[in-house]
Amino acid sequence: MLKKNATEIRKGIIKAVHAAGSGHPGGSLSAADILTTLYFYKMKVDPKNPKWEERDRFVLSKGHAAPVLYATLAEKGFFPKEELLKLRHMGAMLQGHPDMKRVPGVEMSTGSLGQGFSCSIGMTLSSKLDGKDTRVYALLGDGEVQEGLVWEAAMAASHYKLGQLTAILDYNGMQIDGLNDEVMTINPIKDKWESFGWHVLEIDGHNFEEIIKALDEAEEIKDQPTMIIAKTIKGKGVSFMENQVGWHGSAPKDEEAEKALKELGGAN
Amino acid sequence: MSQKIATREAYGKALAALGKVNENVVVLDADLSKSTKTAMFQKEFPNRFFNMGIAEQNLMGTAAGFSTCGKIPFASTFAMFATGRAFEIIRNSVCYSKLNVKVCATHAGITVGEDGASHQALEDLAVMRAIPNMVVLNPADAVSAEKAVFAMAEYDGPAYARFGRAAVPVIYDEDMTFEIGKGIEVKEGKDATIIATGILVAEALEARELLSNEGIEARVIDMHTIKPIDIEIIVKAANETGAIVTAEEHNVIGGLGSAVAEVLVENKPVPMKRIGTQDTFGESGKPKELMEKYELTAKDIVKAVKSVIKMK
Repeated sequence: MLKKNATEIRKGIIKAVHAAGSGHPGGSLSAADILTTLYFYKMKVDPKNPKWEERDRFVLSKGHAAPVLYATLAEKGFFPKEELLKLRHMGAMLQGHPDMKRVPGVEMSTGSLGQGFSCSIGMTLSSKLDGKDTRVYALLGDGEVQEGLVWEAAMAASHYKLGQLTAILDYNGMQIDGLNDEVMTINPIKDKWESFGWHVLEIDGHNFEEIIKALDEAEEIKDQPTMIIAKTIKGKGVSFMENQVGWHGSAPKDEEAEKALKELGGAN
Repeated sequence: MSQKIATREAYGKALAALGKVNENVVVLDADLSKSTKTAMFQKEFPNRFFNMGIAEQNLMGTAAGFSTCGKIPFASTFAMFATGRAFEIIRNSVCYSKLNVKVCATHAGITVGEDGASHQALEDLAVMRAIPNMVVLNPADAVSAEKAVFAMAEYDGPAYARFGRAAVPVIYDEDMTFEIGKGIEVKEGKDATIIATGILVAEALEARELLSNEGIEARVIDMHTIKPIDIEIIVKAANETGAIVTAEEHNVIGGLGSAVAEVLVENKPVPMKRIGTQDTFGESGKPKELMEKYELTAKDIVKAVKSVIKMK
């Protein structure tokens, strides 16, 4: 079932970015299985009542991966899938980067790296202050953790023992200028998060069983935030996009989009 | 004007009072709570106070997150770090989505004194004013500072308020009204108008006395809100007095002087002079010495008023 949702979400990403003529397919496809598991297995949300007070919250800190969030919210029923085809167009609900004031289900406007993660600290502190058991999930990119703000936030999350916060690192190993390890290595990444006081798990970010197990385990850790380092493949699901830095921020042309959708099992 | 109180003292006191009447208020600081005076709130409401450490970017991001859950966060640190280091977080995480975050900055301006140029924020009003959705406040004394805190809590949206380190004269009675976006005509006058903001309002009042001794009647306006600026009161002053001097403890570029000039040029051009630092960094010194060196005193305002009257 999750696999079917994920495939639909991947199709949505391709259609949206193709219709926009620009955008970020690579890092959207890499995170599709993670968002699928969050929205279709784990999180308490109500698409009919996006502002439901008892909801769990998801923050896409790597805001350029907006297409995966939009396609997931559409698949979950927050808004009609037709909106995906207006991505990045003048007057459209779906802006190039997530805008919480326009899109039902978007919890925070993001796009400037590190900022969404920092905002998730405030959300979790608020939930804790109010004695709620609602959880906050934040998805970070691997290039994103090069931002200093990420580590300010990481320090605060463990200082305040934010067990209700789960962060997931979409570790596909690539950023705009090339491989992380060439541009600015983030390793040893597990040690870094552990030394900042986080409970850290390492998983295959395309294996639903592993994602589910990690999200469940995070919920059991009460006095520590959890970081799930999810090894992923940039462009996952579309053969010619996989592990290609070039697909970080460029849209498929007509033929390429057709080929991608065919690989994903047809346009519908 | 005998009593002197720093506006930051009033800020801390107001927060502690506000906390009692509004349980949604949370206060965040960046390891400066004894200086910013947020410690007064912490003492009363320890569970609603969050020290974020020396991490101003995360201070603002966390405040933004709080606001999405219905809290009213007051995020405090020195003006330099609030508006400089955390600028982009304020722009993108707070103002873009018009979140209900109050950025309260103390130790603004040259009167932070001995710490020198690195700590003397002289462009904070300009950078905050340039962000869409941001309201910018600069109260003149302890009474208006307290009222500004309550007005901000009532207002739904991002607001920046500037407070000073040094004790400054109390100008207002307890019954003064602080309305965001409305300047206050503190003293009448027909020959020229001094539009001042923050601690320069006290200097403007002193300048008025000096001018009055020479037979010149200057109007004094306290422009405690830099944005949205009170267009009506400025145009009225231009029409009725025909000459304007602005006075601020800030660079003449981008702050009150610029805001007033924009209004005058588009509505009622009249002779105008701007008192403020002249696009320069400050230096270490006693507040009084610095005010004199950078020409921010009543005496300097008097000179500017005489010169705009000649230009009429």
